[in-house]
Amino acid sequence: MSDPMTTLTTAQAARAEAARGTGPAPIAAGMDVEHLSAFYGRFQALDDITFPIHPGAVTAVIGPSGCGKSTFIRCLNRLHELTPGARVTGSVRLEGIEIYQPGIDPARVRQLIGMVFQKPNPFPTLSIYDNVLSGVRLHRPRLSRAEADEIVERSLRAAALWDEVKDKLKAPGTSLSGGQQQRLCIARALAVEPLVLLMDEPTSALDPIATYRIEELIWELKQRYTIVIVTHNMQQAARIADYVAFLLAGEERTGRLIEFDTAQRIFTNPKRKETEDYITGKIG
Amino acid sequence: MTTEPMPAVEAPSIDRRAWVERILTGRQRVDRVRQVRESAILGLLFLAALVSVATTIGIVYTLALETFHFFQHVSIVDFLTDTQWTPLFTEKHYGIWPLLTATIVVSTIAMLVALPLGLLAAIGLSEYASPRLAATVKPILEILAGVPTVVYGYFALLFVTPLLQRFIPQLEVFNALSAGLVMGIMILPLVASLSEDAMRAVPQSLREGAYALGATKLEVVWRVVVPSSLSGIVAAFILAVSRAVGETMIVAIAMGQVPRFTLNPLVAMETMTAYIVQVSLGDTPHGTIEYQTIFAVGTTLFVITMVLNLLSYRFLKRFREVYE
Repeated sequence: MSDPMTTLTTAQAARAEAARGTGPAPIAAGMDVEHLSAFYGRFQALDDITFPIHPGAVTAVIGPSGCGKSTFIRCLNRLHELTPGARVTGSVRLEGIEIYQPGIDPARVRQLIGMVFQKPNPFPTLSIYDNVLSGVRLHRPRLSRAEADEIVERSLRAAALWDEVKDKLKAPGTSLSGGQQQRLCIARALAVEPLVLLMDEPTSALDPIATYRIEELIWELKQRYTIVIVTHNMQQAARIADYVAFLLAGEERTGRLIEFDTAQRIFTNPKRKETEDYITGKIG
Repeated sequence: MTTEPMPAVEAPSIDRRAWVERILTGRQRVDRVRQVRESAILGLLFLAALVSVATTIGIVYTLALETFHFFQHVSIVDFLTDTQWTPLFTEKHYGIWPLLTATIVVSTIAMLVALPLGLLAAIGLSEYASPRLAATVKPILEILAGVPTVVYGYFALLFVTPLLQRFIPQLEVFNALSAGLVMGIMILPLVASLSEDAMRAVPQSLREGAYALGATKLEVVWRVVVPSSLSGIVAAFILAVSRAVGETMIVAIAMGQVPRFTLNPLVAMETMTAYIVQVSLGDTPHGTIEYQTIFAVGTTLFVITMVLNLLSYRFLKRFREVYE
């Protein structure tokens, strides 16, 4: 075992390193997006997006349907390129490291930058317990029972789901309610110990109470994670976001960044007419 | 963009950056294991694909070679224009038309049976039958597909033909009509099953959308479900035609071996496949012109099937675009 990384997850190894004073702890990390353009074949979905994603803060990406919000967030963990014909130009950096440069392993990018989708997607063949571990097991095939139990409990607690499911961990993940399923997906993402959490309209399929619980959870999570959330709900953005990016697509349906600022300034004193029209409900 | 300077992202500390970089570059031993596994799987998949591609190339090569030899003796114009096929007689004619028309006649009859019945069965199963009834009927329908074709052949010859002769006295013992009818029954489950799958794939929301406009069940089926699943239905039809054209056993048993240039389904004819069976079962020596005729016929069959498959592919593509 010359290389300790073969037996420990990267995050665990990092925590061990941090404890020994030899490495950084895996707390929230910042990202930088520069001149990002995204294409589906010849169709350009995003044009020249540039803004920073601040560590330990919630950045909301807002805009009307079809403005490229979802495409944008899928570029941040290299998910966009999985669509046949899809292509990205420009730069996305995590802690200053270009994730689109050659030699970067996309699987590792997605390990450090977790994602939660619009529709809860727990794996239907797996129990709640195994759903939480599904990502961890990719990186650590030989997981002891005690470690597994510990990760499951920690992740479910972090996702504010533990108390509701602790007595039925062997039940299928799909047996839960929509809101619980979404929190299970968050727990699944957290179990891998990412630095950044991407959320693509995580509450649009949920009822108001489930939505409220997820929003509460986002508040707690931003202590330790950098969060990017796509939402078409401006009240939600106003409630949870520290920073807001407003995207808008023109006639040719290519999304552009209209304004990026702190949430407070976007919602109280936007600089651009289009932003004001959108947040006051005149367009979109 | 905003004009005021934004608070910049804090400069990450150097060792933290190194830590992230070490993970992202994926150069740890676990990563190498995963990467090797990924490329091994990719190689395996490529190999599997290669087997089928190589087989196809091998078949095309064999067909092309013998067909080339054949056309060194027989002009392609004769092959395509002569209306007599008598390569086994003393006075030899090499016109493909008798074999081709026989294939077309029997396939047409089969499709006239399989298309309407298959489509109706699919509609019944997917739209009208209760789930329990559908779960019972579908396996029974699929048993039809599991019957060996030789059984269908004797069913046509010994049951359907005598039955039909009661109504059509001039029907010959070997004829295209009963072979075609039985072939239609044989490919019916293929049409029904594939069409039903296509119809089941139509989202329930589309049906509900039509119901919400005041459509009746029949209107929903004919105006929404069938048009929406047309890609799958057309694909099923073309696949069925392709199957009918290539069907061998039924026609060899029940349709006779008389290469006759006619469109009359009441008499004996010989399809391309039946001819290939006839010659390959005989003692035709390798390398003779009689031997080469089966490759020429085989090539014709191959071209027809390929055109059908390309056609179905183009149809599918066009309808898919509309559907999405």
